[in-house]
Amino acid sequence: MTSPAKTTVLGLTDEELIHPGNRACTGCGLSVLYRIGLKALGRDCIFVVPPSCLTVMQGLYPISATQMPVLNGTFASTAAIATGVRAAMKRRGKKTQVVAWAGDGGTSDIGIQALSGALERNEDIIYICYDNEAYMNTGVQRSGTTPRGGLTTTTPYTGKQEQSKNVPEIVAAHNPAYVATCSASFPLDFHDKLLRAKEIKGLKYLHIQTPCPPGWGCDERMTIEIGRMAVECGLFDLYEIIDGTKRLSEPSERLLNKKQLRPLQDYLALQTRFAALTEEQVAGMQKRIDERWKCYREALKEEGQ
Amino acid sequence: MNHKMIESGNVAAALAVRLAGAEVIAAYPITPQTPLTEKLSQMITRGEMDAEYVAVESEHSALAVCIGAASAGSRSFTATSSNGLLYMSEQLHWAAGARLPMVMCVVNRGVGAPWSVWNDHQDAISQRDAGWIQVFAKDHQEIVDMTLKAFRLAELTHIPVMVNYDGYYLSHTYMPFELPDAADVKAFLPPYEYLHTLDPERPESLNTVTLPDARHDVNGVKRGGYMDIRHNLHEEMRLAMEVWEEIDADFQRRFGRGGAPIFDLYQCDDAEFVVVAMGTLANQFRDVVDRLRHEGIKAGVLSLQMYRPFPSSHIANLLQSAKGVMVFEKGLSYGNQGALFADLKSALYPFPARPTLHNFITGLGGREIRTEDLYQAVKTSCEPGNQSSPEQTDTPQWIGLQL
Repeated sequence: MTSPAKTTVLGLTDEELIHPGNRACTGCGLSVLYRIGLKALGRDCIFVVPPSCLTVMQGLYPISATQMPVLNGTFASTAAIATGVRAAMKRRGKKTQVVAWAGDGGTSDIGIQALSGALERNEDIIYICYDNEAYMNTGVQRSGTTPRGGLTTTTPYTGKQEQSKNVPEIVAAHNPAYVATCSASFPLDFHDKLLRAKEIKGLKYLHIQTPCPPGWGCDERMTIEIGRMAVECGLFDLYEIIDGTKRLSEPSERLLNKKQLRPLQDYLALQTRFAALTEEQVAGMQKRIDERWKCYREALKEEGQ
Repeated sequence: MNHKMIESGNVAAALAVRLAGAEVIAAYPITPQTPLTEKLSQMITRGEMDAEYVAVESEHSALAVCIGAASAGSRSFTATSSNGLLYMSEQLHWAAGARLPMVMCVVNRGVGAPWSVWNDHQDAISQRDAGWIQVFAKDHQEIVDMTLKAFRLAELTHIPVMVNYDGYYLSHTYMPFELPDAADVKAFLPPYEYLHTLDPERPESLNTVTLPDARHDVNGVKRGGYMDIRHNLHEEMRLAMEVWEEIDADFQRRFGRGGAPIFDLYQCDDAEFVVVAMGTLANQFRDVVDRLRHEGIKAGVLSLQMYRPFPSSHIANLLQSAKGVMVFEKGLSYGNQGALFADLKSALYPFPARPTLHNFITGLGGREIRTEDLYQAVKTSCEPGNQSSPEQTDTPQWIGLQL
């Protein structure tokens, strides 16, 4: 498979569809994604947004930070509302892209039923989940994607005791047209994937790890660095699933050639949310990462034979 | 040209929705509503109706699809019953607050627990404060006519409309009715151009976070806060009564049926005693009234067609000459009394004449409503020298209890 042309910084459009001075926190990973995402999507889009940081970032009535048409809806129904907008566009014979953009709580927890329904119907929409791994907009409560051991205001002292949901794999089990994982720290990879998603009919799902300095307990200037580390440690893998075939994206794919992944501890040490993890727990997490990458390498060998 | 037919109430509703030109329909199965949306999906699949049918995974999503479609400018419809309506509750408030013109048929059914698939009005009554207009039909012709008028009302007022009709009594019962000609309906209900719709060429943010206070926009124009926006909904919902009357007058001129948009009166001209009820229950009282009239008791029935907005002054004015009013209902505000009774009582308070009031709860979960029991209840209430205390008079009496 030949890789399509990669986005470069110089290749991005100069047009800005989000105004500066919006309500995002300093160092917000979502604000990077939103800015770059709109450049890839262009103006012919309608956004559907449930309660989330994005609701606030887009502005409080009657002032809007975005130049896109946006439908704010109830928490549990993002994918269903997007379905309705898509149906209306179909009635009008318009190709306008309908983009559902929700957080991890709105996707993995309260919104998963509506998402599953839309996946089963293979609605022609783009669904973006920006995953900052907790309910950040309400002040850092645990969500389905909060990692094991993560401290939140509802998993205090000990950190979350349960494993996180692997939402892209749950989505992939519905066999949709397109699944991709992205990182706010690799915005050009995200741009590439959105361009690809725009060309595909059916439901396109993009799951983006999105560092959140206030929620993760890290320095605001470290947003990009931390997201990169998650990928380089092999913790968060960037990939695409097209027609059922999974393929690692370049930032993760290049790790296959490395003898040793960057230690997970580098990533964990930069965030106060992992302060409750014991050495044994970290070793266990490292072991699971190493096993997964062993599987990747073995699968690659088999493919090569 | 009119088309006469004999069909079920659910099919009557489906045919009206087709005539109304609904463009996006989303629904989830629930008894006794299901045959309505089955019929719609059949007509759409066969190419007999031009619309999008979305088979969603829940009622919450059914209304979400309608919210999305209506926000993008499509005429939208859904239908449900009972717990399905309650599962939509959050979306009901959202659709009303977002001022989306859509129509929903609620095929009334008791609410669990315990489960009951049979008829009462608790589903609709429990959602009376959601900001939807609520009308009640009592026969198949009214289902057809109200549904058509409901689309126009929703689009003129930007308030969603719930057309209620009784599960089984109407939904699964076959009755004759007339369907108006499609071209005539199109003239009555032309395609609607939405003022604020999702359009990349005119981008707007809909339903954004509001603050407690009014704020200035970037052009220096003061825009309402949450409270001002909600006040508008209430005020315009009160005005919707007049709009409904105008729509009914136009409908009557075009199709020859109508004339009783707010309430339908039977033998009320000289009535000293007036029964108030909604839906098919009001029909049953016509027999009771005939019998009482035969015995020399001047009784009549007020069948309430529009429950929200509540036509307070219409009703209070009409009841000024009555000695006694008996409110019969298939639902209540638990821990208080019948919701309709409480509404009616408060409507009468500012007026000089306050007839004696009685409240009866009947037919919950499909319990048989015997006309003889209704007759006895009304007759007893009409008898002079009733020595009940105010508390006793104000306490709802349950008809048809078996334990």
